[in-house]
Amino acid sequence: MSKTANSNTLTFKERNRLSGGYLLRKKTLGVIINICFFLLMFGLCFLILQPILNKISLSLMTESDLYDSTINLLPRHFTISNFGLAAQLMEYRVAFRNSLLVSGGVSLVQLIACTLVGYGFARFDFPLKKFWFFCVILVIVIPPQTISSALYLHFYYYDFMGLFKAIKGSTINLRGSMLPYFLMSAGCMGLKDGLYIFLIRQYFRGVPKELEEAAYVDGCGTLSTFIRIMLPDAKPILVSCFLFSFVWQWTDSFYTNLFMGRVKVLSRELGSLADSLSYYVQRISGGSSQASVGYMQQINAVGVLMVVTPIILLYLVAQRGFVESLSQTGIKM
Amino acid sequence: MSKKTKQKNLAKKRAVSGYLFILPFILGFLFFMVKPFFQSLYMSFCTVDISAQGVKYIFAGLDNYKRAFLIDPEFNQMLTDEVWRMVINSISTIIFSIFVALMLNTQFKGRAFVRAVFFLPVIFSSGIIVGLDANNALLSSMAKSAEASTGSSVTAVLEQILTSANVGSKFMDTIFDIVNRVYDIASASGIQIIIFLSALQTIPQSMYEAADIEGCTKWESLWKITMPMISSMFLVNWIYTIVDFFTKTDNQIMNKIKTQMTTYMAYDFSSALAWIYFAVVMVMVGVSALIISKVVYYYE
Repeated sequence: MSKTANSNTLTFKERNRLSGGYLLRKKTLGVIINICFFLLMFGLCFLILQPILNKISLSLMTESDLYDSTINLLPRHFTISNFGLAAQLMEYRVAFRNSLLVSGGVSLVQLIACTLVGYGFARFDFPLKKFWFFCVILVIVIPPQTISSALYLHFYYYDFMGLFKAIKGSTINLRGSMLPYFLMSAGCMGLKDGLYIFLIRQYFRGVPKELEEAAYVDGCGTLSTFIRIMLPDAKPILVSCFLFSFVWQWTDSFYTNLFMGRVKVLSRELGSLADSLSYYVQRISGGSSQASVGYMQQINAVGVLMVVTPIILLYLVAQRGFVESLSQTGIKM
Repeated sequence: MSKKTKQKNLAKKRAVSGYLFILPFILGFLFFMVKPFFQSLYMSFCTVDISAQGVKYIFAGLDNYKRAFLIDPEFNQMLTDEVWRMVINSISTIIFSIFVALMLNTQFKGRAFVRAVFFLPVIFSSGIIVGLDANNALLSSMAKSAEASTGSSVTAVLEQILTSANVGSKFMDTIFDIVNRVYDIASASGIQIIIFLSALQTIPQSMYEAADIEGCTKWESLWKITMPMISSMFLVNWIYTIVDFFTKTDNQIMNKIKTQMTTYMAYDFSSALAWIYFAVVMVMVGVSALIISKVVYYYE
């Protein structure tokens, strides 16, 4: 009896003897599992971070370092001139501002439209609701590439119900302006809009019905209930949807190539960065030399870093909200 | 009687406001999805003639499809390659993301950091960056030299031993291929990990406690509690993974469609290609969704 009462004052050795060796085995097993776990986690994190670290070290090298086989990871001639060159070639300032405008504007429009639609699907009963929700799933599943050729022509010879042809005698070309893309976003057909509708609907479905009913009893209309009762609570999911769409919009090349032929945005500039470099090298050398493949790839790495840095900063600021609000929705299908 | 009509009126009012709320979607769906959808389907059966006046469609029957399957030298090969790659990639992405989600769901020091790292690929493997990184030989040579500097790579030795043993070499090749592409898989599974994580967090802790008292080991409760409880997420993630793969910029077929459309202005042919690919993928999604939905368990 005294032994069990004093068990916390006994030494580890004695306790181990009492348990017949079980304690030691359990402890060792625990330590081994922990070590394995740590190694695995370290490896997986390294796996993801390594390309980024590589890009950083690559971006700090001079061109001659690239061909030096004794240099692997650390640059010998430390330089930050690559960033200056990439910024000049991408017209970083203009492109950054445009990207900010496009991504911010489009995400905002998307968010407003998707919130309305998601709320409608979550809280109202109406005929054909199942059918329309099936259409939302369809929008998630149908890749935009399937309809891209038709969309391209649709906006190239844009005509709203034959109106323009009747007035001006010809259709108008909306490609190259940002208007079609904003229109599509407002119609929930932009980049991954189906997913946002799905997430937002999932969130609103979880809100207790009593909250809504209490608002109705107190004399709130449908719209003011939505704006004054439901929206303030939904802030986390709305913020994360906005950030998702902002980030994806920032790096998207499909819709920007399709619609914004003349607008300089970062993702487009990044896509053509290698070409602008070779053009630049040709021009300053008077056409006698060309940019090497290695140099082009280096400038690509620099460009990726420069494009990604703003959104990584944004992500680090909002990281907590990002993951947590998503787990709040308790996505079910 | 009057109460009933009042209720009916209320329901009607609710239905109308419901429709008003989803109106943006309906309009967008009709104008920017249904119309182009059928238009591109129609285009794939036509020869599209583009001039300054507008577009002319001349019906051509199955010509574009015949061209894709019978005349085009690379399309058949590409299609089988990409579909096979998609299957392998999607399966390994799902397994990887479950694995990571299970690990991230346990308590350990620095979990917030690890979670943040695992979410980074959502940024890094989106849009234009995937295609650029895939073609960057400089970076991959750096990765190789980093690998070589650790002495002899363990996987390389293991690969040599196992292939020289000559056991099921085709199967082994596939496995090694997956192992070598683990970065691609990790970078494609950001969203899936989050979806699984959120599912894991909705499982009530009391279930595990009850199982523990009944004498369940951790391993048993993984298969008897965790897996059934998150099984409904398999379907979501499976579809999401396939669609995500479909639209990636490093996808060969998508690139072919894009070049056909933008450089050759062959809208008819590119539509046909897109439709073939779409049909193949839809059949795959449909069949696999049917199979998966048979084993999915819904907990209410």
